[in-house]
Amino acid sequence: MQVRVQAEPFDYGAECAGFGDGGRDVGAVVTFLGVVRDDSGQLARMEIEHYPGMTEKAIAAIAEEARARWSLADVLVVHRHGALMPGEPIMMVATAARHRVAAFEAAEFLMDYLKSRAPFWKKEIGPDGAAWVAAKDDDEDALARW
Amino acid sequence: MIDVLYFAWVRERIGLPRERVETSAATVAELVAELASREDRYAAAFADLRSLRVALDQQLADFSAPLDGVREVAFFPPMTGG
Repeated sequence: MQVRVQAEPFDYGAECAGFGDGGRDVGAVVTFLGVVRDDSGQLARMEIEHYPGMTEKAIAAIAEEARARWSLADVLVVHRHGALMPGEPIMMVATAARHRVAAFEAAEFLMDYLKSRAPFWKKEIGPDGAAWVAAKDDDEDALARW
Repeated sequence: MIDVLYFAWVRERIGLPRERVETSAATVAELVAELASREDRYAAAFADLRSLRVALDQQLADFSAPLDGVREVAFFPPMTGG
């Protein structure tokens, strides 16, 4: 299990290639990449604030819950903070399991929980200034299915 | 003494990222009431608790939670990670 919170970019291809090696009982690997989306067409950049210390602990707890619940052979979460440009990778998760259903479900669980239980806050900067991204009720509702 | 941290728009509204607070508050709600009565910028930040979340020693908690033994309290809006 690996959790990384970092300002630096990461190489999604290299992370995927290096993930889940060596386990003979691994039959499925699911990877997900989150990218900075520009809904307005005018996004200059996104700034992600986080809570150093709590962020790592909160993600590790979520990842450990996923590992135990779906008997994952391995799990990886990388999440960036700081200034990001449209199209840049924000975060990724990877899960390795015996079967694909567990790998897919665990990845969705991780995404749902990272959205509203890991202490990150997104701010969008455009031509009219800066605005904090509001949390969506849908994000909170998504947790109910787990 | 307790360390109080603010993030995102709570930090911007209050105007600082963290401070040390001398308090006898027994719960988070009591601490909020103390802070909100200080100045307008605090009152504005704590005006609607439904739009705030709190963590005690880096664990999410409720506003009714006791502060006994807590060293670090953080206030922030609902999280928007992922």
